[in-house]
Amino acid sequence: MEIGPYIMLASLEGAVTAAVLALTACGLSLVFGVMRVVNIAHGEFFMLGAVIAWWVAQGIAGHPALGFAAALVVAPVVVGAVAVAADVTILRHLDYDPERTIVATIGLLYIIQQLTLMTYGPEARPVQAPFSTRIALPWLEHGPEGWQVIWPWGLGTTTYKLAVIGAAVAVLLGVWALMARTRIGLLMRATQMDREMALAFAIPVERVYALVFGLGAGLAALAAVLIVPIQQAHYLMGGDPLLLSFVVVIIGGLGSLPGTVLAAVLIGLSDGIISVFFSPTLAKILATLLVGLVLVFRPQGLFGVRAP
Amino acid sequence: MTNPKTGTTRRGALKTLAGGAAGAASLPLWARFSHAQSAEPIRIGFQVHRTGIGAAYGRWYGRTTEAAAKLINDAGGINGRPVEIVAEDDGTDPKRGAEVVEKFATQHNADVAFGTLFSHVVIGSAPRAGELKLPYFVVSEGHHVASGMLNRYTLQPGITDVKSQVKAMAPFVTENLGKKVTLVFPDYAYGHDHRDFFSAAVEAQGGEVLAKLAIPPSETSFTKYFPKIPRETEVLYHVMVGPGVLTFVKELGEFFGGRGPELFGFIDSLEAVAMDSPGLEFLEGSHFWEGMPRHAQPDQSEFDKYYRAQVGVNDRGAAINDPADVSTYGHMFGCWETLYVIKQAMEAAGYRGPQDRASLVEAVEDITVMPHSREHPQGPKVFNGKTHQVFGQQHISRVENGNLVKVHTTSIEDTFYPDEVDYTKRPL
Repeated sequence: MEIGPYIMLASLEGAVTAAVLALTACGLSLVFGVMRVVNIAHGEFFMLGAVIAWWVAQGIAGHPALGFAAALVVAPVVVGAVAVAADVTILRHLDYDPERTIVATIGLLYIIQQLTLMTYGPEARPVQAPFSTRIALPWLEHGPEGWQVIWPWGLGTTTYKLAVIGAAVAVLLGVWALMARTRIGLLMRATQMDREMALAFAIPVERVYALVFGLGAGLAALAAVLIVPIQQAHYLMGGDPLLLSFVVVIIGGLGSLPGTVLAAVLIGLSDGIISVFFSPTLAKILATLLVGLVLVFRPQGLFGVRAP
Repeated sequence: MTNPKTGTTRRGALKTLAGGAAGAASLPLWARFSHAQSAEPIRIGFQVHRTGIGAAYGRWYGRTTEAAAKLINDAGGINGRPVEIVAEDDGTDPKRGAEVVEKFATQHNADVAFGTLFSHVVIGSAPRAGELKLPYFVVSEGHHVASGMLNRYTLQPGITDVKSQVKAMAPFVTENLGKKVTLVFPDYAYGHDHRDFFSAAVEAQGGEVLAKLAIPPSETSFTKYFPKIPRETEVLYHVMVGPGVLTFVKELGEFFGGRGPELFGFIDSLEAVAMDSPGLEFLEGSHFWEGMPRHAQPDQSEFDKYYRAQVGVNDRGAAINDPADVSTYGHMFGCWETLYVIKQAMEAAGYRGPQDRASLVEAVEDITVMPHSREHPQGPKVFNGKTHQVFGQQHISRVENGNLVKVHTTSIEDTFYPDEVDYTKRPL
């Protein structure tokens, strides 16, 4: 394939990765920003979303879009509820102590993963996309008769992949609106800025924490529901999103929504393009290197605000 | 108020009676095993991929092993002793694999170890088995046994290796599908076997390998690799394994959009995946290697029928009680056949305990012909004692209306290649 169409294809693929990554990382960033909890089990909430999507899609007969639509609602809600329960029963009793919550969420990771293996099983199972039409994409080429439109072999995408990108953008706008334009968002931001002062102003901080933890997990689950018709639900699928989310959140700046989104796009696209033209290992090396550089030269992240 | 602690209750008495009855019912079993010098069970350490990326295979390797062990015990065990399967999870991880082998030898007092599938785990575990002088029967398909890379205690008598599979099938590919081939394979030992041996076999047939695409084993998105497939490719040969395979096959279909090259794949790509899964429609008309045809064929042997019934697999290769639970039919027969090889060799060697491990290895090396039978339901086989590798027929199936229809069966001779090692010359 010629270089131009090839880059376009790699970018499209990278954009899908970036869209899903942005949603997942936003959840992680939100939890850390507001609660100061490093949630190691975040990838497992992602996986749980995909697995529940499979259960739901499996259980609903009729057009695949029905099952998928139901999964879009059910999976984030159920996963969010699981996360709220984990917050109330575990994290709250640890007083949100940073070190102890890390250990607790590691435990949560294994519990969720192994319970899924015991019940759902080791197979990778597909969920049918609600719609998926292949679209061939055109390319401009300068030939003997001037510029002309060609249809390169293999250059294409599916309507579903484009929809994933669109849906991610919409959800991210929604999260932004929630944080910036609503009362509950105001409470969250207040809690994030100063927990003590928020308490003094009678903000129910514990309820805000539970809500944020549920919301963060729900975002991961939603990302998983979007990706599961492309990849399959598998009990080990939570590892990569967790690692990449951390990379994104560190680069973008913890707690910064625009930073997270920008870093997700950067990492998603570069992963797509570098792994195609060089090697996937190099893409990972560069991402890790970037994390190192950011931590050394700009510890608060690209968009983060230095703590006072 | 009653006090449940005192006296003999009627329920308690009934329980004791029932226990006694169960014991009495098993009396014939005691008699059956009693003529052995020792009634101690023969302990077979089963290294199983219960977790990790091999878990779907591990589940079915487990079911097949249990079924075969039960039959062996029902028929009187080995040398009059019952067989006990001691299963240990290795997490599909080479390091843990070596630890599991060690555990079999030192903690479980296993007589032999058996059952490993993924090639990197085999390569990680086999050296430890050799040091411990623990006979290690792998069910892996990798060429590492016959290549001479491992040791005298590692044997593969129940499943054929990649080198013989691709050598036997290359002529079919070049004669029927095309001579310009591009390979897509996972970037580790198993994939490298395919890359090296299939390339050589295709070139020996006058074909040409245009490109070799290595894909990292943990990859989850594949479209970005496909533009590297040269346009003049006539046959795309794909052998992906692991949880990402369904994505791989689907994205391949989306990429080519119905105007791509012929596809020739290894059923490994779709083990434990139903052929009617959404997104697989475009595989219609493509070809697959199958170790053992998953869908029952019109010329199904009585042995295949028997084997399916015992393992609990229906004519579509899925669990009888859950048609959505698709088996790893192309590979798992290896566990069944290996257990019967262990039985045959232990009986030939008059195996009594770990002191006879060396003579057990020699007894396996002495095996040559394995006829098509209930013990070898996949087909007749020839064992090469020098290379510790078994050889057998291979099948090529075509996808027709969502069914895998067998279109070609190679002879055993088609799969032979010159010996690369003589393990019998190495010390025991």
